[in-house]
Amino acid sequence: MTDAGLQGPRSELGEILHHLVRDPLGLAGLIIVTVIVASAAFAPWIAPYDPIALNVPDRLQGPGGAHLLGTDQLGRDTFSRVIWGGRVALQVALPTIGGAIFFGLLLGMIAGYGPRWLDSLIVLLFDTVRSFPTVMFALAVVALVGPSLNTVIIVIMATSIPTYGRVVRTLTQSLREAEFISAERSLGASTARIMSVHILPNVLGPLVVLAAMDIPTVVGLEAGLSFLGMGVKPPTPSWGSLLNDGYNLIRNTPWLIVAGGMPLILTTIGFTFLGEALRDVVDPKLRGKGGK
Amino acid sequence: MLSFIIKRIGLAAVITALAVTALFLIIHMIPGDPVSTMLGPRATPEMRTALEERMGLDRPLIVQIALFFGNMLRGDLGMDVFSNRPVTQIVLGQVPYTLGLILVSISWAAVLGVALGCYSAVNRNSLGDRLTGVLSVSVIAVPAFVVALYSLLVFAVKLQWFPAIGAGEAGNLGDQLHHLVLPSLAIGLSWVGYIARLVRASMLEVLGEGHIRTARAFGLPEGRVVFGYALRLAILPTVTVIGVGMGFLLSAAVFTEIVFSRPGLGKLVIDSITTRNYPVVMGSVLFSTLIFVVSTTLADIINAILDPRIRAGK
Repeated sequence: MTDAGLQGPRSELGEILHHLVRDPLGLAGLIIVTVIVASAAFAPWIAPYDPIALNVPDRLQGPGGAHLLGTDQLGRDTFSRVIWGGRVALQVALPTIGGAIFFGLLLGMIAGYGPRWLDSLIVLLFDTVRSFPTVMFALAVVALVGPSLNTVIIVIMATSIPTYGRVVRTLTQSLREAEFISAERSLGASTARIMSVHILPNVLGPLVVLAAMDIPTVVGLEAGLSFLGMGVKPPTPSWGSLLNDGYNLIRNTPWLIVAGGMPLILTTIGFTFLGEALRDVVDPKLRGKGGK
Repeated sequence: MLSFIIKRIGLAAVITALAVTALFLIIHMIPGDPVSTMLGPRATPEMRTALEERMGLDRPLIVQIALFFGNMLRGDLGMDVFSNRPVTQIVLGQVPYTLGLILVSISWAAVLGVALGCYSAVNRNSLGDRLTGVLSVSVIAVPAFVVALYSLLVFAVKLQWFPAIGAGEAGNLGDQLHHLVLPSLAIGLSWVGYIARLVRASMLEVLGEGHIRTARAFGLPEGRVVFGYALRLAILPTVTVIGVGMGFLLSAAVFTEIVFSRPGLGKLVIDSITTRNYPVVMGSVLFSTLIFVVSTTLADIINAILDPRIRAGK
C-alpha cells in the first residue's frame, strides 16, 4: 500500500477534486453526476408540471411544444416524471449503499482483524449470500410481501454487503501486518482504537470508489424491478415505471422508452466515469476490481 | 489437483445447503405467508388449513426444513398450485431456454471482448486502444434491460429486422437464432467492454513476465507469443469473472426474457408471481441459485486446471 493510499480521504478532498477535474473522463463524470443529483434534489423547482397530474386530452404527445419530452398515455408530462424519477432512484440507491457499506465495514473488519474461526465463518456467510442471484431473490421476497421500495432496498442491500465486506476484510488483513499498526499495538493501543483510528480511515477511500461504481448497479436494479412492476407503486414516477409504460405503448410512441432509458444510461456513464477517475486518484491498486 | 477439486465441490455443497436453509428461513420470517399469497384475500379458514397441511406448514419449523431437504434431494420441489404438475418438471422445462440465452450472450461477448483486449494490449496507447477503453467504460454498467428495450424499439419495432416476441419455432434452428440476436445483444453488450478491459490489463501484466521475454528472445512470432503463451494466463481473470458474473447474467436474462416475451426462468417467475403460484416461484429461485453456485465452482476449477500456480497456492 502506498503512502497516498494510507491517508484519509477527507484530508485530501481538495487534492482529489484537483486530480478529478484534470482527468477528462473524471470531469465528465463529475458534471453528469452533479446534474443528476441537483435535478433530483431540486425536482419541485425544475419540473415544469406536477409529475402525477392527469391531462388526458394532451396524451401521447411527442417532444416539443408545451411538453419538452412529450406526454404519456394519461397526459402526464414525461420530462417532469424523468426529473422526479431521479429522486426515487437516489432514494433507493443511497440508503441501500449506505447500509451495505455500514454492514460491510462491520463484518469485514471483524473478519479481517478477528480470530481465524470467525473469519472463516463470516467469509462463508458472504459466499452464501452472494450465491443468490439478486433479481431472483428480490422477486421471491416481493412475491411474498408485495411490491415496495423498502423491500427493494433491503434485498439489494443484503446482497451487496459481501461485495463491500470482502474488500474491507482484505484491506484490514494487509493493514493488520503493517508496521505502524504493530507499533501502535506494542504501545498498548486497544483493538477498538486500532480499528476506529487506524484501520477505518484507511479502508474508507477504496470503499467510496466501490460505492461510486455500485450506484449505477443499484439504480439499474431499482429501475428494472419497477419496470417489472415489482418496485414503486403507481403513480409514483420512476425511470423503471416510465420504461414499463413505454414498453406497453411501444407501437404508439417511442418517446417514453427513449426518455426513461436516457437518464439510466447517463447515470451509469456518469458514476462509472467518476468512479474510475476516483479510483485512479485514491488507490491505483484497485484497478480492474470494479464493474460487475 | 484432485483434492482441490473435491474441496471446492464440498464448499459448494455447504454453500448450497446454507443458501437453501437461509431462503427457507427468510420466507418464514418475513411478514406475509405463502398460504395467503396463494389463496388470495377471499380464502376461507378451511381452505387455509387444507393447503397448510398439503404444504406441511402445520409442522414444527425444524421438521419442515428436514422434509424440504429430503424432498429436494429426491428432486421433489412440490406441486404447481394450478396444474398439479411437479414444480421440478416445470422449472426444468424452462432452464434450457435461459441457459441457452446466457451461453450465446456470453460467448459472443467473450470472443469479441478477448479480441479487443488483446488488440488493446498489443497496440497500447494507440487510437484504437483509447477508443476501446472509452467505449468499454461507457457500456460496462448500462443495464441490460435498457439495451433490450432500445434494441427492441429500433431493430424490431421500427426497422423490423428481427422478431420482437418469442424464442422461435421449435426445431427450426435458423428461426431460433434469428430470435436470439437481440436478446443476446442486450445481455452481452456490457460484457464486451468488461472483458476487453480485463484482458487488456492482465495481458499487459503477463506480457511483461519472464517466460514471455524468453519466448520472444527465441524469436517466436508475435502472434504465437500473444495467443499461444500469454493469452493462456491472461484469460484467467475472465474465466473467474464470468463464473462469478453468472448472477448478473441470470438477472439480465430475467429482464431480457420479459422484454422479448421469451420462455425461460425469468418469464416463469414473473408469470408465477402474478398468478400467486408460490411453489413455482420458490423452485425457480432455487434452481437459479443452484446454477449460480455451480458456475462459480466450475470457474474456480477451470482456473485451477489452466493455472498451475493456483493449485500450488491453495
